[in-house]
Amino acid sequence: MTRLGRVVRAVWPPLVFGIAFLALWEAAVNVFDWKPYFLPKPSSIWTQFTDNLSSIRAAVAVSGANALVGLLCGTALGVAMSFLLMRFRLLNDMLSPLAVGLNAIPIFVLVAVFNNMFAITSEIPRRLMVTLVVYFIVLINVAKGLRQVESTHVELLRSYAASPTQVLVKARIPNAVPYLFTALTIAAPVAVITAFVSEYFGGTQNGLGSRITSNMTANTAAAWAYVLGACLLGLAFYLVSVLLERLITQHRGGSPGGGTT
Amino acid sequence: MEASERAVQVSGVSKVFNPGTPRQVDALVDVELTVAPGEFVTLIGPSGCGKSTLLRLIASLIEPTTGTITVNGKPAGRARLDQEYGMAFQQAGLFDWRSVVKNVELPLELKGWDKAKRRERALDMLALVKLADFAEHRPWQLSGGMQQRVAIARALAAHPPLLLMDEPFGALDEMTREHMQAELLRICADTDTSVVFVTHSIPEAVYLSRRVVVMSRRPGTISHVIDVDLGAHRDVDTREDAGFYKKVTEVREALRGHEVDKSLMATGGEDR
Repeated sequence: MTRLGRVVRAVWPPLVFGIAFLALWEAAVNVFDWKPYFLPKPSSIWTQFTDNLSSIRAAVAVSGANALVGLLCGTALGVAMSFLLMRFRLLNDMLSPLAVGLNAIPIFVLVAVFNNMFAITSEIPRRLMVTLVVYFIVLINVAKGLRQVESTHVELLRSYAASPTQVLVKARIPNAVPYLFTALTIAAPVAVITAFVSEYFGGTQNGLGSRITSNMTANTAAAWAYVLGACLLGLAFYLVSVLLERLITQHRGGSPGGGTT
Repeated sequence: MEASERAVQVSGVSKVFNPGTPRQVDALVDVELTVAPGEFVTLIGPSGCGKSTLLRLIASLIEPTTGTITVNGKPAGRARLDQEYGMAFQQAGLFDWRSVVKNVELPLELKGWDKAKRRERALDMLALVKLADFAEHRPWQLSGGMQQRVAIARALAAHPPLLLMDEPFGALDEMTREHMQAELLRICADTDTSVVFVTHSIPEAVYLSRRVVVMSRRPGTISHVIDVDLGAHRDVDTREDAGFYKKVTEVREALRGHEVDKSLMATGGEDR
């Protein structure tokens, strides 16, 4: 099959399904005469989307910037910390259970605490929140990649009289790279969601999250238009991270430990 | 033979794991073993007899509890630092993120060779294992047998006088395995390398070795040393030779000897 043929084959089922779903939605609202506050029609959401495009774009830029800054900072911190934990066993034993435990509780509420620390107009609390959430995802995955090196590789390098630094550079870091990109595909959408949800806890009402809530009662279709913007933003983050992962694994031939031709 | 002329000298070596704890294991007791330069010695025995432990002791990946080990006349630890041996395992252990030729270059890289020199050597080694055309391939594009050949090329890249192999063909199918055995003998003859080889397979041990060292377990000791006088040149016909069968039987008897002893001990301990 040609490349184009494959793309067409992969694209048409979800496309047909999507269109059918929207048509059914539109028809259901008409037939059952649902009120707009209950569920607006896709067509009116689309009208709201195009009418409010500039303000949606502004809101996307605010939330997107928060998510991106948090994602980058969290990744940098997570990678740095995983190296420290690798290097210092005691630190690892002290902090690892803590990291896992913290990750299990809904730490969104910390935004309220951060909001108290900074000026009311500051974006820092939200970025901090995203950073924190991303940090744990990256830390846990990269630390795993650094540690779970094939025992044959470690023995081989020891037989070559390799120093711990050489083992790190030749085996541990390359082994951890796919783990990092897997972490990013998980963290990217989570970063976007965290950026929205953080806006529910006060601060400047300029992002997608606060626009959705503020429009929900007065103009539900507009709120849904912002939801659409949020979906597109999340999708963009996810696609970029998947693309990055794909590039890396293509270069190396498969996921960690895997191998496909 | 002077100490410095021996490829490997193991004297009075014992190894105890977890000494002084309930999990204490006497892995090896009073092992004596000498390997002459260019000699091919196989360690064979039941699981848990300490043959892999002995190999790792020679490689200085672990330290003996008592006794001394020299490799090429040097203490084992020094020999490891000087890369006096190459090593291959059951898993080829290739690095997926490196091309085939870069995998072979790795030990030279760690020795600090410059780029052009190590590339040249690595390509020579790949030619030796008949994989010159696959230099730029990725390890996962090769079959299991080919991967193992790359691992052997890598183990020999620094031209060490000694090769330590831990069941390197254990995961291969029978046909590939026999082919690899023949290749290994050819390579070792070409490069004049001594080999200590751990295996579970009796025909493999007999086909490859000049001496088969039979080990028994609990505690791990050397029970028999069988000389295999089938000549230096061995090929497909060797496997069908009457002398080959005789040696296979001899090794099997030696291995079974302990099983009989052990079963006697077991029944002796039962109430009758």
